[in-house]
Amino acid sequence: MADVLLEIEDLEARIGAGPRAVRAVDGVSLRIRRGETYALLGESGCGKSMTALSIMRLLPAPAGRITGGRVLLDGIDLLGLSEARMRAVRGGRIGMIFQEPMTSLNPVLTVGEQIAESVRIHRGLRGGALRGRVLELLDAVGIPDARRRAGEYPHQLSGGMKQRVMIAIALAGEPELLIADEPTTALDVTIQAEVLELLRRLRAETGMALLLITHDLGVVAQTADRVGVMYAGQLVEEAARAPFFADPRHPYSRKLFDSVPTMAKRARPLAVIPGSVPELTATFSGCRFAERCARAWDACRERVPQWHRVADGHGVRCHLYDAALVAGAPGAAVSADAAADADTAAAAPAPEAGGHGPGGADLLRVRDLAVHFPVRSGLFARTRAKVYAVDGVSLAVGVGRTVALVGESGCGKTTVAKAILQLIRPTAGSVRFDGVELTALRGRALRARRRDFQIVFQDPYASMNPRMRVGEIVEEGMAALGLVADRAARRRRVAELLAQVGLSEPALSRYPHEFSGGQRQRICIARALAVDPRLIVCDEPTSALDVSVQAQILNLLKGLQDRLGLSYLFITHNLSVVSYLADEIAVMYLGRIVEHGPVSAVLAAPRHPYTEALLAAVPTLEAGAHRPVIRLEGDPPSPVDPPPGCHFQPRCPRAMPVCRERYPVGTVVGAGHEVRCHLYPGA
Amino acid sequence: MVKPVFLWTDTLLYVLVAAVAVLVWYVRRHEHLRAPWREVFRNRMGVAAMVVLAAYVTVGLLDSVHFRLPLESSAAGGERYSGQVLSVLDLLLTPLRTHQEETYSAPLATRLYSKETVRLPDGRDVRIYPRLRFGGAQLRDPARDRLPDIERTILRGVGFALLVWGALAAVVILVLARRHRWAPRAALQRVLAGRTDYPVHVALYTAGALILFASVTGHLAVHYHVFGTDKVGQDVFYETLKSIRTGLVIGTLTTLVMLPLAIVLGITAGYFRSWVDDVIQYIYTTLNSIPGVLLIVGAILMLEVYMANHPGDFQTVIARADLRLLFLCIILGITSWTGLCRLLRGEALKLRELDYVQAAQAFGVGHTKILARHILPNVMHIVLITVVLDFSGLVLAEAVLTYVGVGVDPTTYSWGNMINGARLELARDPVVWWSLAAAFLFMFGLVLSANLFADAVRDAFDPRAGGGRRGG
Repeated sequence: MADVLLEIEDLEARIGAGPRAVRAVDGVSLRIRRGETYALLGESGCGKSMTALSIMRLLPAPAGRITGGRVLLDGIDLLGLSEARMRAVRGGRIGMIFQEPMTSLNPVLTVGEQIAESVRIHRGLRGGALRGRVLELLDAVGIPDARRRAGEYPHQLSGGMKQRVMIAIALAGEPELLIADEPTTALDVTIQAEVLELLRRLRAETGMALLLITHDLGVVAQTADRVGVMYAGQLVEEAARAPFFADPRHPYSRKLFDSVPTMAKRARPLAVIPGSVPELTATFSGCRFAERCARAWDACRERVPQWHRVADGHGVRCHLYDAALVAGAPGAAVSADAAADADTAAAAPAPEAGGHGPGGADLLRVRDLAVHFPVRSGLFARTRAKVYAVDGVSLAVGVGRTVALVGESGCGKTTVAKAILQLIRPTAGSVRFDGVELTALRGRALRARRRDFQIVFQDPYASMNPRMRVGEIVEEGMAALGLVADRAARRRRVAELLAQVGLSEPALSRYPHEFSGGQRQRICIARALAVDPRLIVCDEPTSALDVSVQAQILNLLKGLQDRLGLSYLFITHNLSVVSYLADEIAVMYLGRIVEHGPVSAVLAAPRHPYTEALLAAVPTLEAGAHRPVIRLEGDPPSPVDPPPGCHFQPRCPRAMPVCRERYPVGTVVGAGHEVRCHLYPGA
Repeated sequence: MVKPVFLWTDTLLYVLVAAVAVLVWYVRRHEHLRAPWREVFRNRMGVAAMVVLAAYVTVGLLDSVHFRLPLESSAAGGERYSGQVLSVLDLLLTPLRTHQEETYSAPLATRLYSKETVRLPDGRDVRIYPRLRFGGAQLRDPARDRLPDIERTILRGVGFALLVWGALAAVVILVLARRHRWAPRAALQRVLAGRTDYPVHVALYTAGALILFASVTGHLAVHYHVFGTDKVGQDVFYETLKSIRTGLVIGTLTTLVMLPLAIVLGITAGYFRSWVDDVIQYIYTTLNSIPGVLLIVGAILMLEVYMANHPGDFQTVIARADLRLLFLCIILGITSWTGLCRLLRGEALKLRELDYVQAAQAFGVGHTKILARHILPNVMHIVLITVVLDFSGLVLAEAVLTYVGVGVDPTTYSWGNMINGARLELARDPVVWWSLAAAFLFMFGLVLSANLFADAVRDAFDPRAGGGRRGG
């Protein structure tokens, strides 16, 4: 095919040497046509980034090396090029952008200089022409006021701006192929939508091909033409977008879809993939997914599956599509499917839909909570300004209910959580827990109440002391609060708790680093449960986890709530998790709650323009269902100097003169549904 | 019987050795602490440095067991003891200690380094280089016999070293063979090829080099002054061996003084912040802005005045010198804790924001417990790296301070004193170079091996260096 730009054949890359070498990429073959967006989808550790780095020949030296295969760019084998000629390809014919815009730019050079460097190397421009080209590129990636921005330093730009600058640098060499390695993972959802839109537009304008590496099915649905699913270093399925989303063939792909939380799945536990990704140091005698596959039979463990074409341009690496083998499979494919579904349903009895009633009294009632951090400077550290991190938040959590607090990074969600737990003392407002005013408690009295409310953190790697055994970690709360005085009884209780979160007893005497991210998060949940809390604040507990692991944690949280009647304050930016788990939702913007109500009402009919924009920005799985992206102007304002009137007014597409004058008061727009916006004047 | 003498620094050294022993026992029981140490023991350079350090430490510890010998003429009532305090090392080195010449003599010489007027038996006075009392005294014609005799002695030394080393290697290999159930022959092959868990061959080769050095100098030292003699005829080899203890004491006891200050103040400042942090920061900024030498001079002068006014407090000269050594350690510790304190404050500032500390706070765990359980264990790698890195700096600091005149007591054997003396020796003609050379050689050996060991420790413990395998 003449229009194939990049062709990878049987690419193999290893990290390390000898028998312990990790086969990070193990026989990947794919083709990318000119002007096409190819999405490489997979969970962490499946080898998708390694594939991208292999194309660029940028594997981490000296451990990583390419051990086989070919990478043909327009028929030229990149693996055979000299390093000098490869340098011209990198950044020239192939551009690359990385996940973390914060660390990809040099903080001591202006962004203009950094773009100019790339232009100079690959286009050889000098002087005025160079400056002109830099401004053109900044314009192209949608940075307003390019002349001024070119002279600024990276720290003066927001995360979204930095990612745009990274894209401008990658575009400087006018590449034919742009490799984007998780380009939006570190960004907020509204900014993610903008960056994806930008990539789509640039591809249309320049005709370059795009290799998009992501773990997010939603991003794939919105952007890709073709999709390749990777698992354990291999491509397991490849198809055009529409057939892939309509009918994924590989059991792994199907499970991935099933484990995405949605509103529709609320009534039952999410499908999970049992076990974990196999060690890539081993040689496989069968299918790599067999151990975790609900539909595996003997052949899967004995023979390595071959690549099967199931339709035009749709291939799968699975024995289910091998006509010769499938005859030997126990039962037809359909019945196996049903059995698998029955499995998950039996594993945890489904709570009835909407099983959590409105609940009697509110367990937690927060009123006008404010946390202001002083900004000190000068000789005597006088307070020069204040950061209005949380500025008047009111919410209530009923017994056995889940309230989701949603907002973009920096809006003050985590500060609310810490202020409720009295880890940060609030500046003003009241936090009543079960009728007791927590802000008034001090010392011993507060310590005694602490057993009732606990927290689960976002980063399972930072939330456990690496120098303590799991048993000691889980036990710490019980010991500190003097709940179970007897050591042996405490040990028994810890084992019980670990069993409750699905971990076995030997885990007790091991160290946190021996566990995977999902297992660590289970340990953190067990630690919180150890003191029999009634409220657990979950601060983005799944955002550092893969989607299949996220499903396990969400199922666990839901099951625990049904059994123990726990209440959750669930802090997240992931709206699909909210739709699956929460009863109520509160949307936060710059230290204040702008909309609050039952999940079904708010998600179905958002009233506040910010909520609307947030929902519109979330990429959906329904392929082709392109909702119009509501583009928000500019970046979230700084909480040091909030804009006058409504905080959202500078970015709001529907701002009115009154919005600049005063902050709107709350208006009830439905049962329990309240919004603070001038569009809905008091009823 | 001998009368044991417990000098202050001896006692503290024993305490330190006991503390290290407890630490080793503790580390062996905790896998996450053992792992980085294993890394240290796998580092070839680290193992070689450790063997050399072990030799120094052995000499230092032998020199830290002090006692007074009974006087033989103690007939009248009760036992009486000599006023001279000796150590085990002194006893082992008795020939070196007692072979006192008139004045300077060059290494392995048989005659003095300067001419003296000697009255011959026939009554004439001549100015010649007189024979030494001990160096080469057994030779009849030094001019003819000296070199062959030295060669023979060296050969004997080499032979003896080979024997000892062979025995040591055999024992090590047999022990390894037993532990791993290898055939002795296979064990030998594995060790030679370096195919053991730890670089045993490196340790054996280093030990071999040390044994060779010790054996050759030991054989020579019986009849010669290997590194010559100093102005008063004292054997320089003896002096430099005695100096090892001073170097070790300064390097280790100073950290003993510095650590509690640095750790307690550093992590409390970082953890509590607010006014606690302000106070502690002011303390160390103030202390840091006073030149360290000035403080040391002040303290030593005060001590000298005290000792001059209370001569009765000290039974022996060595007790006086020891007190001054201890004081030097204390004052060096007080002036050097600020660097580590600053590092620990920064680390504690970072750790206090970590989720596991917040989780502990959410459980209502008390501050002291959080400091002890969550903060301290997670800064210990920094403490360890700093202590090992600082050691060599302190050994060098002693030499510099003593050279300036505010270091150890002039009667204490120390490399600083030797170098200080060498100032005049280098100014005379012909130059006396061997004191300086011997002090330099031994100090260089100690500091170099300490630095190499520190590198190995840092590689294993510093998470940023990528050697330490730990999560979080």
